[in-house]
Amino acid sequence: MGSATIRAVDGITLDIRAGEFVALLGASGSGKSSLLNLLAGLDSPTSGSVRSGDQDLALLSREALAKYRRHTVGMVFQSFNLIPSMTVLENVELPLRFAEVERAKRGAMATSALERVGLAGRLRHRPIELSGGEQQRVALARALVNQPKILLADEPTGNLDSRTGTEVMQLIRTLNESLKMTVVLVTHEAALAEKYAGRLIFLADGQLVSDQPNASKRGDA
Amino acid sequence: MKLYDSVELAARNLRESVLRNALTTLGISVGVASLVAMLSLGIGLQQLFSQRLHSSGLFDRVMVTSRRDLRGGFNREPEQNGPAPADSPDLDEAARQNIDKIPGVVEAYPDLRFITELRFDDKAHLTMVSGMTLSQKGSDALSGMQGSFFSSAEAHEVIVQKSFAAELLGKAQTRGPDDVNVAEVAKPVLGRQIIMRYAERESSSADGGSASYSVVSRELPLTIVGVTDLDPDNLGGAQARVFLPQNLLESLHAMQAYDFRDSTRATTAQPAYSRVIARVNGAGKVDSVEQAIKKLGFNTFSILDASKGLQTVFRIVDSFLLVFGSLALTVACIGIINTLVMAILERRREIGIMKAIGASDGDLRNLFFAEAGAMGLLGGIFGTLLGWLIGRAINIGTNIYFRSIGIPAEKILAVPWWLVAAAIGIALVVSLVSGLYPASRAAKLDPVQALRYE
Repeated sequence: MGSATIRAVDGITLDIRAGEFVALLGASGSGKSSLLNLLAGLDSPTSGSVRSGDQDLALLSREALAKYRRHTVGMVFQSFNLIPSMTVLENVELPLRFAEVERAKRGAMATSALERVGLAGRLRHRPIELSGGEQQRVALARALVNQPKILLADEPTGNLDSRTGTEVMQLIRTLNESLKMTVVLVTHEAALAEKYAGRLIFLADGQLVSDQPNASKRGDA
Repeated sequence: MKLYDSVELAARNLRESVLRNALTTLGISVGVASLVAMLSLGIGLQQLFSQRLHSSGLFDRVMVTSRRDLRGGFNREPEQNGPAPADSPDLDEAARQNIDKIPGVVEAYPDLRFITELRFDDKAHLTMVSGMTLSQKGSDALSGMQGSFFSSAEAHEVIVQKSFAAELLGKAQTRGPDDVNVAEVAKPVLGRQIIMRYAERESSSADGGSASYSVVSRELPLTIVGVTDLDPDNLGGAQARVFLPQNLLESLHAMQAYDFRDSTRATTAQPAYSRVIARVNGAGKVDSVEQAIKKLGFNTFSILDASKGLQTVFRIVDSFLLVFGSLALTVACIGIINTLVMAILERRREIGIMKAIGASDGDLRNLFFAEAGAMGLLGGIFGTLLGWLIGRAINIGTNIYFRSIGIPAEKILAVPWWLVAAAIGIALVVSLVSGLYPASRAAKLDPVQALRYE
């Protein structure tokens, strides 16, 4: 993530470069989701700083943080977090409404994002009518639609079976590789991280335990 | 987020909990309806009274009485301006001419009236007779009149009120005078002759040095040319129902009720008037003319004085109705707050999701504002409609009761366009105010906490 230096949770200093695929690993309560929330601008540190590009998220107003979330980051969650009353297309269009994108352009942008995740045929369906894997792909399309620089994924395969989990992870890897999108993946599954991430960061009790390149991934490359 | 997006999302959210939101909107509707019903009745009554006063055609008239005359004083409060009663001038022909010269006065004429006998088909009918100037032709008080106005100021013609026409035809009045059909009673009497008996006051002293006069009984045949629908002389208790041309009436020197009393104190045989009527060039000048006449030393009274007091009464009545109507609206506001606070609790996670994908505090505030506003707008529209229906129902019910006790039906309900606009506007504004707290609560919600909420 460029020259951004991140200090989070408890004396953690991290520097993520643009286009990196980083996995945050650790047991439940290790602080990985909290760190992700700091990166997303959803939470602010009590001390220290969270830098993204040339801005310090800790110093930004609530309005500026919303703008940052709107244009710079895209998020996917373990529980998909789609709005059940909206159709697939409407869910994906929602960030475009907040970004005040013209109504005429929204449909095409959302459809294009859904095509990218292979769901162009399910535009009018409601989330409840989709499988877990499809729902997560809709969430991914929603995260992509504003063309953010960073994708933050919090246990994206946690509610999926291994086959659909793999499909979703491959999609994320494609985004990382083809769009040069920085990906920060939070997971407690070491195998998943080792398969897809280029760098593995282990946390325990809110502290950085290790930060190392993914040897197996490097071998793949 | 743009305004139309906020409105669109708000509409979607309202549809999602359609029953609860419909009930909340119904609450607002009931509040607005009570407000509209109360005020439309208040306004309707006010308009009815104003209309009655206006239709008297007396809005541009100032009644002038002498301060010496205790009976004539309409104003109970002692006059502060002008001379004391003992020093005040007589209300005689000279005074009438002075009043006539006041700027803004079109004409000033004595109010001559007397109770007398009129013979029609050899039957005697007793009623009050008064004069009508040619200027009254075309006045509101004569709207709906059958026949025609006097052909000249001295014509031996008479205009009668429809209730008197009914009496001439021997029709018994079982119901109110408004139930007499003017066209029905006018046809048989128009063009017919009626003989008026009166007492002429004949001055026996030409020099005017003493107050002696003789009284001679006379008869005058007159032709009925018009029958009025309204009451052209509905000011005061003794209403005239038969009208002669003013000039003709003046030339008759008919004995007035006060002549005998005046003879005990007058130093001249010239009669003094009980009352002079000054017709003013437009209702706007009534006030200034009244002031000018008071300076001359006379008492004045106009319908405007009476309607000013009435307006104050109606303003107080309207305020009470407004307070009662507002109570229901206050309850409706609490309903909105409750609904939106519940919606925030239920949609906590949704709010968290929206924040995570880029919604600002302002976006969420506007969204909840739009929801409150939409409920207010719909509630305002339905409430106004409901209020109108309630008002109509009250109007119909009241008229059924009125008819059962022999009072003619009246339109006691008025829903002017400004009341419709104000009711919808008030509903919108109070809904937005009610939405302030929930909207600010939604905006301030911590996204991390909200996302954890199951």
